[in-house]
Amino acid sequence: MHMADALLAPAVASTMYVASGSAAGVSIVNLRKEEATLKEDLKVKLPAMAVMSALVFAGQMVNYTIPGTGSSGHLCGGMMLTGVLGPYAGFLSMIVILAIQCLFFADGGLMALGANVWNMAFYGCFVGYFLIYRPIMQGKLFSAKGGSASVTKSAMRMKIVLASVLGCVLTLQLGALSVVLETSLSGVTELPFGGFLVLMQPIHLAIGLIEGLITAAVLVFVYEARPQLLRDVDTSGEVKGKCSLKTTFVILALVVAVIGGGVSLLASQNPDGLEWSLFGNADGGYSENMGLDEEAYGISSNLADSAASVQEKTAFLPDYAFSQDAENPMGTTVSGLVGSTIVAAFAILTCFIGGYFRKRKLAS
Amino acid sequence: MNKTEKALREIQAMDELAAMDSPIHRLAPLAKLLVTVAYIFVTVSFSKYDMTGLLIMILYPVAGYQFSLIPVYTCFYKLRIVLPLVCAVGIFNPFFDRGIVMTLGTISVSGGVISMLTLLMKGVFCLMASFLLVATTSIEEICHALRQFHVPRILTSLLLLTWRYVSLLLEQVSIMTQSYHLRAPGQKGIHVSAWGSFLGQLILRSMDRAAALYESMELRGFHGDFYYAGQKKMTAASWMYMVVWIGLFILMRAYNLPQILGSLFV
Repeated sequence: MHMADALLAPAVASTMYVASGSAAGVSIVNLRKEEATLKEDLKVKLPAMAVMSALVFAGQMVNYTIPGTGSSGHLCGGMMLTGVLGPYAGFLSMIVILAIQCLFFADGGLMALGANVWNMAFYGCFVGYFLIYRPIMQGKLFSAKGGSASVTKSAMRMKIVLASVLGCVLTLQLGALSVVLETSLSGVTELPFGGFLVLMQPIHLAIGLIEGLITAAVLVFVYEARPQLLRDVDTSGEVKGKCSLKTTFVILALVVAVIGGGVSLLASQNPDGLEWSLFGNADGGYSENMGLDEEAYGISSNLADSAASVQEKTAFLPDYAFSQDAENPMGTTVSGLVGSTIVAAFAILTCFIGGYFRKRKLAS
Repeated sequence: MNKTEKALREIQAMDELAAMDSPIHRLAPLAKLLVTVAYIFVTVSFSKYDMTGLLIMILYPVAGYQFSLIPVYTCFYKLRIVLPLVCAVGIFNPFFDRGIVMTLGTISVSGGVISMLTLLMKGVFCLMASFLLVATTSIEEICHALRQFHVPRILTSLLLLTWRYVSLLLEQVSIMTQSYHLRAPGQKGIHVSAWGSFLGQLILRSMDRAAALYESMELRGFHGDFYYAGQKKMTAASWMYMVVWIGLFILMRAYNLPQILGSLFV
């Protein structure tokens, strides 16, 4: 889901940077508040955040075999960090993981970092925690009838599984939706919005389910071994739970089916309206954003004029908005091609000359 | 060689490149960071049909690689990650945008083909520029530049600390994966029965490690901030590098230079 720089227009990338930057600011402020109320020094938390980020980074490279299929899945980083560090520290850790992936592994672009942080870290940490993880963990789900808030170990396990799977499915669906929105708004693809959505959402539904189960397995293990490491986990009480693992999975399957069904309904019913509004807006925003005056941009020469008139005759201009840019003859004239060839030849020559001097330096 | 070992090698290779010495390596990290950001910003802002105008942008990475003494092909390995998604998004353009924008003899080229090629070029150029930045600048220098840019201290400290721990934990995971596969030959990944315990155990140990790490940092006088010793200052050369390149980017964006160059000959 890591987006490359080429997939985003500068306006969209900048907006996403502002959005993610604001979320990071809120996280830092809240971490300081936590520091004051919980008397938990941020300096103490820093190494834990760093080690957990490094661990999630390395852990995402482990392949987990999915039973019954030949394929493998990975860990869901956002939910894992949220479960152990909380939403604010988890969000900052995810930013760092994404920055390292982008800088050193070319996984996602430098300018697309804001969008990637939003698509993966914001949904994973904030939406995943506040809408899914915390309500489930603090709720009375699976606890015995008339019992107090205290729950048994087995009920807690069910909650962790439910929270992880639902959290991963929802956050990945939102992330995939954002990728589609950002790419379409940037105007880099001609793929209709609805079609793109139908391609992305079901794939991420399956990925979310698997990632959720793997994350759940790891968190349950941590809960069994050292429950105090996890957020919002109640370790008191010995009341017997009433829910089995089987019931949990039936509930999960139903919820996933509902979410999946809802998304495909949305994708199939309204593609034209959405497509029209998005592409219309994208087109307006895109040209404004470029800030280019096509008249001043061009150069007047006889050849350019004649080429433009030839193009006017030959070009079939479809009536949808995106192809209006094609009226700009500047990229299509012969001199453009000749100039491009010269630039390419110059670039290749520079490489050869550079290589020659490097070899000489090495030899000496 | 498993994925973690490959990642370890990549980290090592990047560290070695950043430790080299060249005119580009000697520049202030802030200048390099700003030039890279400006380059990527200008590159992606080109219109999707402006393939000829975009081509001139290749000169920055090409010149950068030559002056930093780094062979251009070193970054192409990383394209395997960038290109699939860019291709997946761009591959549909020729099917949906069939308006002919150019005829080369008897061959008609549609707008979709041009926009797909432009998208691919943008992807490759941006990757080349980001790779040039990290190949000539160490992580400490990048963090220092980010601090000069007023990025919150907690983020830069976290980035620096995480980077130190990434290689350690990658090594740990690599050893664990290798020993798991030696005990379970023929298995493609981690079996479902070990899903939780495999990484769970590492989490438990890592949290203990974090506590020990904090203690040792405190013993060495850590008070919430890292000190960046021996940093490269914004010299006259760094200022010139920054101003000249950003000026050139604006020029390249404002005028279709290949077009002007070509019109001299045609």
